[in-house]
Amino acid sequence: MPILTRNRNNRKRLDPYLLLLFFFVACLVLWLGAILCSLPMGVPGLGKEVASLQQRSGVQSPVTAVLLNFRGYDTFLEVLVLLLAVIGVWSMTLAPFPSGEVEKSPVQLGVVRLLTPLMVLVGAYLVWQGSHLAGGAFQGGAVLGGAGVLLLVAELPWLRSVPSLPLRIALLAGPLVFFSVALYCLLRQGKFLAYPQDTAGAFLLIIETACALSIGVTLASLFAGGRPDDDLPETGTPSDPQGGRTE
Amino acid sequence: MLFDSSSWIIAPIVLPLMAGLFCFLFTRGTFAISVVASIANLVTVVVLHRQLISFGPTRYVVGGWRVPLGITLRTDGPALLMLLMAAVTGVAITFYARGYFSFRIAEPKREGRHERQQRFFWPLWMMLLGSLNALFLSSDIFNLYVTLELVSVSAAALAALSGKPASQIAAFRYLLVSLLGSLSYLLGVVFIYKIHGVLDLDMLRMAASGGPALGAALALMTVGLLLKTALFPLHFWLPPAHANALAPVSAILSGLVVKGSFYLLFRLWFDVFPGVIATPALNLMGLLGAGAILWGSVQAIRQQRLKLLVAYSTVSQLGYLFVAFPLARLENGAGVWTAVTFMALAHACAKAAMFMAAGAIFLQVGHDRIRDLAGVRACLPVASLAYAVAGVNLMGLPPSGGFMAKWLLLTSSLASCRWWWGLVIMAGSLLAAIYVFRVVSRLFVIPAGEPLRACYPHSILLEWPALILALISLLLGFAAPYPLQLLDTAQSAMALFYGGLP
Amino acid sequence: MITNFLYSFCGLFVFFMGFFALIACSHPLRKILAVNVMSTGVFLILVAGAYRPASVGDIDPVPHAMVLTGIVVSVSVTALALILACRVQETSNLSLLRPKSINGREESED
Repeated sequence: MPILTRNRNNRKRLDPYLLLLFFFVACLVLWLGAILCSLPMGVPGLGKEVASLQQRSGVQSPVTAVLLNFRGYDTFLEVLVLLLAVIGVWSMTLAPFPSGEVEKSPVQLGVVRLLTPLMVLVGAYLVWQGSHLAGGAFQGGAVLGGAGVLLLVAELPWLRSVPSLPLRIALLAGPLVFFSVALYCLLRQGKFLAYPQDTAGAFLLIIETACALSIGVTLASLFAGGRPDDDLPETGTPSDPQGGRTE
Repeated sequence: MLFDSSSWIIAPIVLPLMAGLFCFLFTRGTFAISVVASIANLVTVVVLHRQLISFGPTRYVVGGWRVPLGITLRTDGPALLMLLMAAVTGVAITFYARGYFSFRIAEPKREGRHERQQRFFWPLWMMLLGSLNALFLSSDIFNLYVTLELVSVSAAALAALSGKPASQIAAFRYLLVSLLGSLSYLLGVVFIYKIHGVLDLDMLRMAASGGPALGAALALMTVGLLLKTALFPLHFWLPPAHANALAPVSAILSGLVVKGSFYLLFRLWFDVFPGVIATPALNLMGLLGAGAILWGSVQAIRQQRLKLLVAYSTVSQLGYLFVAFPLARLENGAGVWTAVTFMALAHACAKAAMFMAAGAIFLQVGHDRIRDLAGVRACLPVASLAYAVAGVNLMGLPPSGGFMAKWLLLTSSLASCRWWWGLVIMAGSLLAAIYVFRVVSRLFVIPAGEPLRACYPHSILLEWPALILALISLLLGFAAPYPLQLLDTAQSAMALFYGGLP
Repeated sequence: MITNFLYSFCGLFVFFMGFFALIACSHPLRKILAVNVMSTGVFLILVAGAYRPASVGDIDPVPHAMVLTGIVVSVSVTALALILACRVQETSNLSLLRPKSINGREESED
């Protein structure tokens, strides 16, 4: 498609700029590939460090230990990236729900009724499992987000009137709990995000649960694609024409 | 209670970020939250400065895990000067934004639109400020990637806030370019992790040994960061994105956001991997910087709209930061460090002031066509003065911070017999004089025979923050010893740490 | 050993394939997808780097955590870019790739 474009006579021809770009990119791949192959294999990385400190992290899964304990600050900022995306999306538009009632097929409603609780259960299980195996807040949150997407796709009427404040609280639960724990550690241990060793596991579970909830709601909100109707109550006109839905 | 003074370092990160969360949670009182947070941020930055002067540079291990595994924050001269830049400019922008939005809301052209802008401006701005502080303080290449993404997401959302098609298109391109830059940086990080197996900057400084692989990694990171910094010829996205945003947002983007990626680049080149960088690479940077100075100035002179002119002048002023690269390796390298810091500080204040003044003019006049701006002084005396004073800084007249920076660069270029860089710097000042006077002459001359402009009432917050920032940039030249002292403390202490650095 | 190189090289290939598409394609959706493909390439290289031969020791979990972080960042950014692209489609019938039409516009503020 890109390199060969059709000209006016509908004959294929080469775009010289794209060809140039193609060769440039090909050279880059070869150069960097050669460098990748020349890299030594024996670089130890941080695996040993993680293994030696694993006992003190409060969880058995090394990935969870790195994610939430050793490099918890990264994860703290990353949860904020998700939140920022929601704020950005909310700043642009109202959530575009289709107007008018549509007849729902009973199969669809049945699937939603069956699958949603199951997905919530699986999400919760993944969060719990994260302490010793693969899993954790992000995996659990993604499944919860999937449940939200399922509800949104089914266009259930009550989703349209989800109030803004509880939604915002759910979105902020993860970051706020994370922040509170970090602050508590600062006051107790003297370091930001340094969990007390004996209760680290419990703290991590609290953080993971709150984050999983927030991530699930965040993903569903991103899928909904805008802020709820009642988010700007002061203006008096709930559906403002500029930020409003499709014109 | 084990809270000790070393934990102050997280305050500039946590305070604005939390303020952002609360601004999103509450729909009322967001301005109060933001003012408190930005002033508290300034206070903590001042405290950190005092700590640096008395105790020297410090490391703070977040989470308490020792270095190869944990993430470290660091205070030293350059980091704290950048923090100061963001904090001072941030307070002014916060007050200005209040004046800006209340003017807009008082006179609604379209119901609800300005409320929406105000509602989402505060959380995005506060989180951007916190992310920038996190970027300046971080000492871990992967954590720096996360902060870069935080900055680009919030900056792109802010750029799109105006809601007009032009600004949304520009914001979309801005977002894509930022993403491309971040990904290129991340690929470089991956290479470095594969080579050295550590992520901490200090450990990398000690481990770095050169070789083609590290060179490739640095090239990838550099290209990504240059794209984000909008160095000529990668500046194509900057003028539309900065010129089409809301005025407070333009001030934030032009004054602060581009400095974030520049600071990281400078840090990587001259602090972490100084031994790896070859002279041709430095000269290439200088060459691109010179191109930016000349091209940006010429484009600024050609613009018909005020905000585009100011945006192109950002392209040109960023060039000075890169002309410092080939000079920084020479004997009086410390002078060049100071020059770069001065340039960044002075440009942040002056450019934010200029965009604020331009925004005030736009609100009062209703457009920003330069040829129709005659006599705006009658309406906006303070903002016009602010524009002119900020212009003095861009031209590099004494005693402004811009003068100090250019003077330092000029002397080191002449001292090392590289007069051609000096020539470019002087030519840039001359061109800056042209594009500044082109606007100032219109603003201050009230044409005879025409009726005075009708003025809408506006709060003092629309004008005075701009003037105060412009005056700070003007008087920065008098404060020259302070950054020098700060950088000296940092350098000598670093030399103690690592046994000698350039 | 050879598998590790193969994965790394594939990641590099995918990264630059995305890079090429990002520049060559003009449709906003394709551009967003291209950025996603690029980030997938980086993650592939990163995860391939986590592999350690049995003689050296355990698998390195740090790249895994980095990839998880990266995926979350990329998801949020993609969502933002998609909504932005939708808004542009709704409010204008401009093509996203004509800088002239942006620079030349009169109205800037609000």
